[in-house]
Amino acid sequence: MSGLAFFVDPSRCIGCRSCENACAECETHRGVPMIHVDSIDRAQSIATTPMVCMHCENPTCAQVCPADAIKQNDEGVVQTSLKPRCIACSNCVLACPFGVPKMLVAFEQMMKCDMCYDRTSAGKRPMCATVCPSQALAFVDPDVIASERRDVPTNVFRFGAQEVRTKVFMMLPPDADGLVVDVVDYMWEAR
Amino acid sequence: MKTGTGDPDRSDLPLWREEISFRDEDERYVARRQFGRFLVLTSAAMFAGNVWIWLRSRMHRAASVLAVPIARLGEIAVGEVKTFSFPGPNEPCLLIRRGVDDYVAFEQKCTHLSCAVVYSRERDRLECPCHLGYFSATTGAVLQGPPPRPLARIRLERRDDELFALAVETDGDR
Repeated sequence: MSGLAFFVDPSRCIGCRSCENACAECETHRGVPMIHVDSIDRAQSIATTPMVCMHCENPTCAQVCPADAIKQNDEGVVQTSLKPRCIACSNCVLACPFGVPKMLVAFEQMMKCDMCYDRTSAGKRPMCATVCPSQALAFVDPDVIASERRDVPTNVFRFGAQEVRTKVFMMLPPDADGLVVDVVDYMWEAR
Repeated sequence: MKTGTGDPDRSDLPLWREEISFRDEDERYVARRQFGRFLVLTSAAMFAGNVWIWLRSRMHRAASVLAVPIARLGEIAVGEVKTFSFPGPNEPCLLIRRGVDDYVAFEQKCTHLSCAVVYSRERDRLECPCHLGYFSATTGAVLQGPPPRPLARIRLERRDDELFALAVETDGDR
């Protein structure tokens, strides 16, 4: 895919929602954004983070799909569910460690970010990355990121016992050593 | 830059996951010729299987069964029923005394889905409770319901004061 890679830097997100609107304009899913801008802790902070599909190497959403509706293509892009197959069971919505897939009840189908496959497969950048004013979403050559940013990219995440490797990179502070999320910490039972 | 190390290990995948893969690259391309070969071989296997079943049924029919004593005369009252197995232990049959001197016997397995049929004395017929298939108690013919074939009748013979089962009369024998 033209040697470019997708880098998401939550610390750069200013919450402008340009990405959501740019995504929603796409005619393959008109009016429905496949990218979500999430508040990190709304009560404590105004910080936001954009959430695109991380395109796991071994996608949990596709693994749990009982209808074989979620496919990963040769370039490692995990695509939105196939309409004739998706049974709207929401297994993927519950299983995805990043919370990316959304079940659209009106369509009875799960739809998710496919990294603008129509654009990236033709050498163009995803729509969200083209509009992001702070380049929290950057679709660039890895060398550019290495030379221009202080933060370091990672694509290995740990959720409890599950290790997830992704196609999309997340920018971490230079001193961070991988992103380890113990899921139990975020369950209300643990508090 | 921290990066993942190539492919995740696929050796420990279950068989179903290998066959129904979510990866496009693992989906096998089926050529026209390959599909044609599949059709021909499957049809040939079906044909061979049918020939084998046919031969087996011929052999089965040819095998003669010795007369098996099943009941003494007067052992069951008029309108009563006795179960027995004929010709093998897994083929339950019903002996019915319809009149003083009128004994008939049928296989007990309904020809629809092999439920056990029961004799209805009031209506003088064999009734399958599963899907309400009724059979004539005279010939075994289907009176109503889903059964596709008549009940197989057991040929009986009276020797002195004992009844013997001689053979199974299927549809083709009558």
